[in-house]
Amino acid sequence: MQIELLFFGSLTDVTTVSRLIVENMTDTELVKAYLEERYPALRAAKYFMAVNQQMIQQVHTLQPGDVVAFMPPFSGG
Amino acid sequence: MILPGFGQEAQEKLRAAKVLIVGMGGLGCPALPYLAGAGVGTIGIMDGDTVSLSNLHRQVLFTEEDIGSNKATVAAARLQLQDAEIKVAVYPYTLTNQNALDIIGQYDLVLDGTDNFAAKYLINDACVLLKKPFIYGAVSRFQGQLAVFNMPVAEGRPLNYRDLFPVSPRPGEIQSCEETGVIGVLPGIIGTMQAAEVVKLITGLGDLLYGRLLNYDVLQARSYEIRLSLQPEIPVIDKDSFLQMNYAFDCEEEEDVPEINVAEFNRLVQQPNIFVLDVRERHEYPAIDFSDAQIPMSELQSSLETLPEKEICVICHQGIRSVYAAQLIRARRNLPVYSLKGGLTAYFNQPGK
Repeated sequence: MQIELLFFGSLTDVTTVSRLIVENMTDTELVKAYLEERYPALRAAKYFMAVNQQMIQQVHTLQPGDVVAFMPPFSGG
Repeated sequence: MILPGFGQEAQEKLRAAKVLIVGMGGLGCPALPYLAGAGVGTIGIMDGDTVSLSNLHRQVLFTEEDIGSNKATVAAARLQLQDAEIKVAVYPYTLTNQNALDIIGQYDLVLDGTDNFAAKYLINDACVLLKKPFIYGAVSRFQGQLAVFNMPVAEGRPLNYRDLFPVSPRPGEIQSCEETGVIGVLPGIIGTMQAAEVVKLITGLGDLLYGRLLNYDVLQARSYEIRLSLQPEIPVIDKDSFLQMNYAFDCEEEEDVPEINVAEFNRLVQQPNIFVLDVRERHEYPAIDFSDAQIPMSELQSSLETLPEKEICVICHQGIRSVYAAQLIRARRNLPVYSLKGGLTAYFNQPGK
């Protein structure tokens, strides 16, 4: 099962890509753990997560084709 | 103006409206003339900065002749050229927690044109205290964010910026515009969209961007929308803590409160001089038997003096409120303080619990 990950703003400095496809991740905690292993700088980054464009406040079960977004705060103006 | 739904009633609402723009930079400059053009009757303009050459590519109200002059003063003069009937108030200084409640209190809503986290958290908290909506905007390189926060709701509490990001980023964690640069047209787009939301909010036209965050990527010409939800672990904002908080310090210079993991916590609680403080509200479960005191976050401010001269370890449900509480304790009591990372959720997830 494929999950699509989207990274916004300065998070792409860490991931170097704005979009990533991952396989066999059944919940958002697994996605996070995988990403923090692959990109250790993500551990210190501030962001909130959304599944299928709905912000989540806790671990969320994933279905094939779900889109997980990682949104950091912006401060420029 | 002749538009369906935009009749005399809408025009009168705009004429009666009082809008404060905080920050006359890349966002505030494009927003201002459109608010004036729409007929907003009273506009407050606040900025303590002076115009510099490097501003001109995105702060389109200013010319080379304005370099060195205060931004709010120059912008107000431009506004009066556009429409001499608008009531304009100029605040040629920076918003602080000492002046915010008084100034924002005189307006119906705030358009956030600021360029730093300290100011955004300050505007947010002041608007929460005063129950005023604010129109948030921000940019980072080629992307912008936009949302309306703190609209009055019939039940519960309204969404605010801290529902997205409960505590401000650490120094250097997120680069500011000054460091990263920005393509000038992007704040132009976001600032005019903020002005559009202001007009919609005042007139009641259309669907307001409340409860949603809009991200716009100018390079891809693509927008992405996220529906927002209330964050249960949001720090409590009361007037006393607001007035005492050093926002610039909080956002830019504050050292991290040490966060300890469950294994470290288990070792620490064996020490004799440690005081475990539970800052959950009294109705929260589960009850625990290893804390020395429970002072809910909403009461902590007034109970700081009751804490003993010990090392304090703060715990809560998920480890977010406890960071905020620990910062407060360290700032006001200067005691060694820790926060349990992941909170009681992490604690009860360890094997054997």
